[in-house]
Formats: sequence, structure tokens, C-alpha cells
Amino acid sequence: MNARIEPALNSAQQHPKTSIAALWKPALRQAFVKLDPRQLLRSPVMLVVELTAVVTTVLCFIPNPQVSTGLAVQIALWLWFTVLFANFAEALAEGRGKARADSLKAGSQGLNARRKNGQQFETVAASSLRRGDIVRVEAGELIPGDGEVVEGIATVNEAAITGESAPVIRESGGDRSAVTGNTRVVSDWLLVQITANPGESTLDRMIALVEGAKRQKTPNEVALDILLIGLTLIFLLVVATLQPFARFADGDLPLVYLVALLVTLIPTTIGGLLSAIGIAGMDRLVRLNVIAKSGRAVEAAGDVHVLLLDKTGTITFGNRRCSALYKAPGVSGKQLSDATLLASLADDTAEGKSIVEYLRALNTMVEPERSAIKSIAFSAETRLSGADYNGHSYRKGAVDAVLLYLGIERSDVPPVLAREIEKIAQSGGTPLLVAGDGQLLGAIHLKDVVKPGIRERFAELRAMGIRTVMVTGDNPLTAAAIAAEAGVDDVIAEATPEKKLQRIRSEQAEGKMVAMCGDGANDAPALAQADVGLAMNDGTQAAREAANLVDLDSDPTKLLDVVQVGKELLVTRGALTTFSVANDVAKYFAILPALFTGIYPQLGALNLMQLHSPQSAILSAIVFNALIIVALIPLALRGVRVQAADAASLLRRNLLIYGLGGLVAPFVGIKLIDLLLVAVGLV
Amino acid sequence: MHSYDFTLILAFFVLVLLPAPFIGRYLYRVMEGEKTWLSPVLQPVERLCYRIAGVDSNREQDWKTYSLALLAFTLISLLTLFAILMLQGSLPLNPQQLPGLEWTLAFNTAVSFVTNTNWQAYSGEAQMSYFSQMVGLGVQNFVSPAVGLAVLVVFCRGIARRSSNSVGNFWVDLTRATLYGLLPFCLVLALLLVWQGVPQTFLEYVTAHTIGGTDQVVPLGPAASQIAIKQLGTNGGGFFGVNSAHPFENPTAWSNLFEVASIILIPAALLFTFGHYVKDLRQSRALLACMLILFSVGLGGTLYAEHQPNPALAALPIEQSGSLEGKESRFGTTASALWAVTTTAASNGSVNAMHDSFSALGGMIPMFNMMLGEVIFGGVGAGLYGMLLFVLIAVFLAGLMIGRTPEYLGKKLEAREVRLLVATLLVMPVGVLVLGALAASLPGPASSVSNPGAHGFSQILYNYTSGAANNGSAFGGFGANTPYHNLMIGLAMLLGRFGYILPILAIAGSLAAKKRAPVGSNSFPTHGPLFVTLLTLTILLVGGLTFLPALALGPIAEHMTMFQGF
Repeated sequence: MNARIEPALNSAQQHPKTSIAALWKPALRQAFVKLDPRQLLRSPVMLVVELTAVVTTVLCFIPNPQVSTGLAVQIALWLWFTVLFANFAEALAEGRGKARADSLKAGSQGLNARRKNGQQFETVAASSLRRGDIVRVEAGELIPGDGEVVEGIATVNEAAITGESAPVIRESGGDRSAVTGNTRVVSDWLLVQITANPGESTLDRMIALVEGAKRQKTPNEVALDILLIGLTLIFLLVVATLQPFARFADGDLPLVYLVALLVTLIPTTIGGLLSAIGIAGMDRLVRLNVIAKSGRAVEAAGDVHVLLLDKTGTITFGNRRCSALYKAPGVSGKQLSDATLLASLADDTAEGKSIVEYLRALNTMVEPERSAIKSIAFSAETRLSGADYNGHSYRKGAVDAVLLYLGIERSDVPPVLAREIEKIAQSGGTPLLVAGDGQLLGAIHLKDVVKPGIRERFAELRAMGIRTVMVTGDNPLTAAAIAAEAGVDDVIAEATPEKKLQRIRSEQAEGKMVAMCGDGANDAPALAQADVGLAMNDGTQAAREAANLVDLDSDPTKLLDVVQVGKELLVTRGALTTFSVANDVAKYFAILPALFTGIYPQLGALNLMQLHSPQSAILSAIVFNALIIVALIPLALRGVRVQAADAASLLRRNLLIYGLGGLVAPFVGIKLIDLLLVAVGLV
Repeated sequence: MHSYDFTLILAFFVLVLLPAPFIGRYLYRVMEGEKTWLSPVLQPVERLCYRIAGVDSNREQDWKTYSLALLAFTLISLLTLFAILMLQGSLPLNPQQLPGLEWTLAFNTAVSFVTNTNWQAYSGEAQMSYFSQMVGLGVQNFVSPAVGLAVLVVFCRGIARRSSNSVGNFWVDLTRATLYGLLPFCLVLALLLVWQGVPQTFLEYVTAHTIGGTDQVVPLGPAASQIAIKQLGTNGGGFFGVNSAHPFENPTAWSNLFEVASIILIPAALLFTFGHYVKDLRQSRALLACMLILFSVGLGGTLYAEHQPNPALAALPIEQSGSLEGKESRFGTTASALWAVTTTAASNGSVNAMHDSFSALGGMIPMFNMMLGEVIFGGVGAGLYGMLLFVLIAVFLAGLMIGRTPEYLGKKLEAREVRLLVATLLVMPVGVLVLGALAASLPGPASSVSNPGAHGFSQILYNYTSGAANNGSAFGGFGANTPYHNLMIGLAMLLGRFGYILPILAIAGSLAAKKRAPVGSNSFPTHGPLFVTLLTLTILLVGGLTFLPALALGPIAEHMTMFQGF
């Protein structure tokens, strides 16, 4: 369960090429396109770098006795590289997301729709459909847009979106009425009311999240941007005031050097990668087949305190399954298992099948031909089912029904068996009795089976400080038993929509962030109220509208992955910010002595790295500053892994790596670049 | 260093740290209007104040109304003080017949005392009448730290309250801070100082016939009461020109110990006040640990630098025991270094030695203390709210690394808070670097320095830092009383005061309105050694990155030159 759920491929669909090998070429082209200052406005730090690059380029043509033209040209080039590297990172992240989105979108070009106009249907382009239009879709056609079935019932293949090849039923009313654009009606026909204007469909939203120029920044990203602008302003003041200070000491600092100092000090590393981090985070979600309607929800997912999870389908398999047999005194195990198998073979209910599966796994007997068995179907009158075989009769059913069938009282049940029945009921399970030829043989333990691995998943969440609350319509006794088995922290039993909403509100009133998932129309208010609402794609349109995340695979456990992605997104941002700021210490020790030894030769003592010359020191710092962006692109795209651990140990670990690492790495890096530049003879 | 040096330092820490938790709790109770043992005496006075001023003490204000009240109060204070200083020649209590001040000096001085800076471009005994000292400066000595305390309390409430629109009532906070927070402590300290021989009189100056046969005028005045509030209110404006190096301001070793300890008595206690507000004293201890680390490193560095022999004198046949130049020989090197570090760590600015004469490094550390924005204990209220800003920056920088959007004590930090934080981050660079660069590049203002080269630059840097940081101590030798510097340092002081206070009130208002998320194992841990380290490094990083280049051209260049030769 821990493994990421990768979308299944189907043959009709090309697997999007998202490896760096396939994407680097277009990304390189994009890096130059993004030099347009209007695009860079979204990333103010890089805009400043571009401005300094322009200034330095101009300065290359103005001879300055203090700076050789060769050095000025090299500095200018590396400043341009710095911007290009940052653009490249963003383009690469975009490319991945787009490749995935494009492959989903393929086929929607030139799609037509039959729009209802009064009593007539007219053929129009799918792209001209508006919210509220009603279209008719026949078997074999693509549904032209997101919508809700208003009439008809049909099977729909949603492979293009979900990767799941088995067609699903869509019908008007009820919980299965929502359809997604670009999915194919396989049989019958549907009247669909379109619910999204052009540009607002699920797919459009997905694409908007992974496109740098259109992407809406998330709240924390906006806040971080402000801080980065603030730091840039501070360093602008620091560098701008250096010249008057130097003049006071009868010195003069070359403008090219001051520009170089400014660029190395401002947070270019995080400033250049911030957008790529955001896009890559959304792309990871898309790969999980989750569509976020806004980045805000993904960020909020990292903050979640409480997860509300439906029991059915999320924590348990959703139907009661056979988990044990108990024999009555004097009955052999084989006698009981054979009788149970025979009584269940013809039972087509999920419970009946689970009994057969359970017994087949034990391999107790050679099964007779189906035709040799005379099956007795469940009837409301007897409330029993079973079979007659070889002149014997086998019956199973609820305890009271079987006792009635056998004509005995509850008190006549052998005490050993009675105790087991009691235990089954208390543990939240359902006991069935098995009778053979009018004799009580034993009991079947049916229970709602908890999905394997879910307990570990909850333990992980608990380690991160997230509480899980199970929501179920079961009575409190049953609910408590399953809750204990699954290891959730709390239960809402006999849940109603009002109860769910109430719970979310009360948690939020305490300042907690709540996530929940649901599919039914009656979940919509709770989904809208929750900070993170994950709707199932096969649910109702109401739920999909109310939620801020939609899971195309309709797998409620995806919520756990969303939380993980949200956390990774935040940690990556924090780690690179810390790294970027910590870098400045070493850069000062590279550039300040280079700048000031002309004024006070004694300040050469600050040249801790023993860099070769002032020229090599300044160039090395600039080169390091540019290359570190490239070096960190993979980390920005992949995201920093987040272990399930408490905040204190996470912080300790990340501070050590990115804080201390950020302090030390440039000392080593700048020194190495300095050695290399001198060896190659560039300075 | 001798054993008595260590005894002094130990006594200092004991006097500061031992009472801090108790005073901190007392101040919390006072500011929240709870009963204390002083209530029977002071409550009638408090009620009378409200009745006269027409203040409804139960009505709270939102942050905007609070800020407006604070600004109105400041403006009236500023104008009143300016008028008193200009007109002192025609006002009573002026036995020496001192004339009114020149207008830029009056402006500079008025701003200086209203902003709790107490930068003195004037000389007290030569230019200030008793009326100006007591009614003009003395009143501001009380109310300016009270304003700082009020702003801190608003910040505390902002963090502690949930979904609240109101942050307190400015007039009530101001009254309580003055009446309960400052007056009782001043009374005690003033009595202690009088006992040690500090004058407290309205008599005119005494003329003494010296053995040399000449006449010497010995200035007197109501000094003890002024000095008490000067120290306790992190004011620092001396009654006499040479401040606590003057034998009447600071006559004995005991008075020296009381005075230096009282500089950070209340700032240290306020850490615990904060802890009571947020109901978590671990937060107090963590912040205290951070401050103590920064303080001790600064103290150690200054002590080391000042106890070094001067290399320029090494060749001469002189036995050197540390550097004594510019120090009062009654106190010696250690007491001077301790005072210098304390007065600049807190935004006090009183001195018992001349920082200009310290060694290059010994003078740089006090300067750097101020450049950090006066957060190592700092001014009354102002120090802790400055420190809390750094806490928010540290939490925002590193907070993401636990995989949650940053929050402090359950309060989320969002774009609005960060925007305001950034505004405060710009105060010191603008006040020190921009105004300093202007002063250094204009020929007239730049000629105020008394030394050429690196030391002259240190003078400009120190004095503008002192203004912007609202410290008020001076790097002597700098001719500060010129119209240009009077106006520009006045501007630096206003910027350094309100560039913090207004954003902080806005942050407090915005935090108070937020819900408070439960603090648990998944929230950012803001206590314990890890956070203390993170916070300390953040402070040093922000201060260091902003000021290292300037320091390199000033004290660092001077130090290297002195120790490496030319």
C-alpha cells in the first residue's frame, strides 16, 4: 500500500515522455524564450539578475583600467547563464507536466458535439460549448466536456483520463452521474449537461497548474516571494552604499564587481528554482492521477491535522468477508467446511463468494459440478440460502433464521458455540450459522476486512502528527471494533452528512486543518467545508464541484499521497531557501577581500579560501552561483523526501543538510572553481 | 583578569537573572489588570488617571485605533518637548539662566527622548535647565519605555489571543506600564543611588575654591531620580555630559553594579512576561538562552579585546595591563567592557567609558550589538519585540522544512505578516547604511569625524547605528551637534522607532485575528537547543550579511592595520 499508485497504461494511449532526456531540448529553447522581461516579472529575483546582466554587458564596451574586458565579458556571460539556468529549470518542470497533459488531451482537437437546441440537435465544435448546454452522446463517441448525465444510462470508457480500461456505468440521478470530457461512451447513449466553460474543464485546470506563465502562485509561495524580494532589497542597499563608503576611504570600486557581489548575495538559488519546485509538485500530483483545482489545496494538505476517511472502500474492502469458521461440539472440521462450501457454492453475493474463496484457499474438498447441486436461493421468507446435494441438505443464514429453521431455541445452542457467536457479534462482525441435514454444524465469522497495510499507513501519519478519523454509518460497537483493528484515532459512528459537517467545523474552530474525501452528493457540504476535500472521479458532480481535489482513480487512500506531496513541496522550498541564504557567508569571504584589498591591503586576511586573485575570486563566486542552480534542478524537480517523523527530528535533519551544508558547500565549491579557472587560464 | 573581575560579572548576572522570573510574572499581572501587592496603593491613582483623561479602561481597541492613539501621544510628546527645549530660557527652575536650544538641536533632542533613544548632541550641565531635565526629558524617560512595553504587550496578546479583533487599550497599557512597571523600581534604585552619594537637589551649582587657587563650578541637580529611570527605562540620557563616567552620576563600585544591572533588569524580566502571555515558559527560556549566548559572546570578545596590550605601544618600555585609554580609572577595564556590552545589547546608551577609545574590536562589538537591531535584551519592550521579529523570520526561513506552512505558537505566518516583517528588516539597512552613506559622501557632514581613515568611518557608522537602533550611546570625537547630523540622526531615530512599532502593531493585529492551531509533535518546535541555535544563527546571519562589508571598512580594517602594521 505504500507504493505509489502509477496509472495503468492502456494500449490506445501513448505513454507521455517525461524523462529529462526527452525534454531537455525543448526546455533549452524555452529557456531563451523566457528571457522576455515580461515573463520574468513573475520571478523578481531573476528579473534583477537579468537587469544586472544587461548592465554588465553594456559595461563590457566601456573600458575600465581596473577591470580587463576579458573578465567583464566572462562575468556578463555567467550572469546570462544564471538567468538561463533558472529558466531552464522552470521549462523542464513545465515540459514534464505538459507532456502528460498533452497526451491526455490528444484526440480532443476538432471534436464535435451534438448540442440540443430546442427540440433539435445541432452539430457544433466541442470548444464552443458553454456551461448549461445539453449534448447527446452516442455509443462510440467522445464526451465533449465535463458534465452531468441528465438522461440515459451508458457504459463509459474513462481510460484516457484514469488509465483504467474497464468501462464504468454512468446514469442520471444518483451517485454515478458525473462524466468527464474526452472519455468514450461504449454502449447506449447519454444526454449530458455541460458543467464547465471552455478553459475550465478538469483537463484545462490540470494544464494550468503546470504552466509557468499561467500558474497561480500558492499562498506560501507568495509569502516566500515577498521575503526573497525583501532580501534582494536589503542586499541592493548593502551593495549600493559600498561605493560611498569606499570613496570615504579614498578607494573606488569597479561597477562590474559590485554587480557581481549583488548577484551572488541575492537569493538566486531559491529565486531561480521556486517556480520549478511549484510546477514539479503539481506534476507529481498529476502523475498520481489527482487533479488539484488550485495549488492552495496541495499546500494545505501539508498542514493537515485531521484526516476524515470513509470506512467503506478506504479502510476496509467495503463488504463483509468470511474470516473464520467455528464448529459445534461433536462436528469434525471437514464436516463443517464441506457443508459450508456446498451451502455457499451457488451463492452469488459478495459474502457467499468470500466464503468460497476462504475455503478454496484451505483446499478442503474436491468441488462437485455446479449442475449436480440444487441451489436454494435466499428468500425473504426463510432468510436462508444453501443447496441440496446428493440427498443432503445444507443451509446457512443469520443466527435467528437458522435456529428457526432447525426449530431450536437460542439456549439450546451448545455453550462453546454460543460463546463464539457472542464474540463475533461483539467484535463488530456478523455471525452466520451453518446447518446440515437439520443439524447445527457451526458458525461462520463474517467481518468487514481491513485493507492490508492500512494500519502501517495510519501509524506513519500519526508519526507526522496527523490524526485519522474514521467515518462510518455502522453502529458504534461495530465501528469501534474496526477502528481498533485499523488503528485509527477516532470514529464517527452512525455518521450523517450533518454530523460530518459538524465535526469538520468543530475541528476547524480549534484551529485545525481538516482533510476529507467523499463521493456522494451528501458529502458535498463537508467536502466544501474541509480545507482539503478530495472527491472521487466516479462520484457525483456535486462532490466534484465542492472538492478542491479530484482523484481520477477514485481511490480514497490517495489522500495520504496528497499529504505527502504537499509536505514535500514545502520542505523543498524551505530547504533551498535556507541553503541559498547560508551560501552568502562564503560568497562574502570570496568577494569582500577581493573588493577591499585595493583600499586596505590588510583585509586580504579575510581571504580564508586563499583564492588566487581578486579577479579569480569574483569570477569563481559568480560561476558557483550559476552552477549551483543547475546542480539543484534534479532536487527541485524530484522534491526533498519527507520521512514520517516528528517535526523536531525532521527539522534537525534538514537543518544539518541544507543549513550547515549551505554554509560549507560554497567554500569548497568556490575554491575548486578557482583552482580550475586558474588552471585553464581564464583569469 | 583578576578574581574581582569575575566576581563583578557573576554579581551582574545574579542581579539580572534571579529576579527576572518574578518581575516578569508581576509585569504580566499588572499589564492584564490583575491584583498585585501594590494595587491597594496604586489602583486609586490609576483610576484617577483614567477619570481625568476620560478613558474607559474596559474598552479595548483594534490595532489601528491603538496605533493612532500611540501616534497621537507621540506627536503631542514631541511637540511639547520641542517647545520646552526652545523656551527653557523663559521657563522656571533655571537657576543657571540657560538659554533655549538651537532648533535643530531641540528637534534632535525631542526626537531622541520620545523614541527612547536618548542620543545626546547636547551636554546636560551646560545646556539643560532643571525644568527641561525633569519636566521635559524626565517625563519622556518614563513614557517612552512605557510605550515600548505597551507595544510588546500588544504583540504578546496578538500571539496569545484567538480570533480576536482587539489588542488592548493604549491609554490603559501606557498608564499601567508607567505606574506599576517603572515607578516602583525607579523609587528603589533612586534611593540606593542616593545612599551611594548621587545628588538629588534643586540647589544651584556650587562654586569651589580649588587648592590651585582657581574657582571651579560643580554642577548639581536632581540627578538620582533621573539616573534611576535612565537605567531602568533603557533611556541612557545622562544627567551630566559624560554620563555614568561622572563621579556624581556613578560614585562607587556599588552604584556602578546597580546601574549596569538595572539596564537589563526589566528587559530580561519581560521574557517571562511573554511566557505568561503564551502560557509556555519554555518559550521564555529558549529566548533567554539565545540572548545569553549572544550577550556572552559579545562580552567575552570585548573583554578579550580590551585586556589585550596595544601592539603600537609594545615596543615602548611600558607595562600594559589592558587598554585603559578613555576609561574611568575608578572602574577599570572589566567594568567598562561589561557596561559597554550591556548598554549596547540593551538599547540603553548610557556609558561609563568612551567607546571611541576602545580597541578596534572592542568598539566593533558594541556597534554590532546595535546593528542586530537591539535584540539582545534590548530596550524595555522594544528588545523583545525585535527579538520576536527574528523568531518569526527564523520560523519562516526554516519552518517550511518540517513540511508545514510556517507558524509560530500556532499562528500561521502568511503573505501579510511576511510583508510587514520585510518592512522591519529594511529599517536598519536604510537607517545605518543609506543615511551613513549620505553622511560619508557629503563633504560637510563627513568632516565631523575627528580621525581620518577607518576609525573616522567607524565614528560615522557607530553614531548612525546608535540613532537607528535607538541606542543613544556615542562614539566620541564625532561632532554630532551640526544642523545636518541633528536632522539626519533625528530621522534615523524616528525610522528606527516607528519603522518597527507600526509594522509590529499591524502584525499583532493580524495574528490576534487568526485562529491558533494546536501545538503538538508536528508543529515547529520553538524551544530547546535546536531552535536556540537556529535563532542565534539567523540573527547573526541577518546582521552579519547586512553589515559585514561596512564593518570591514571600519573596525575590521582598523584592527587588521593595528595588528599587522602598515
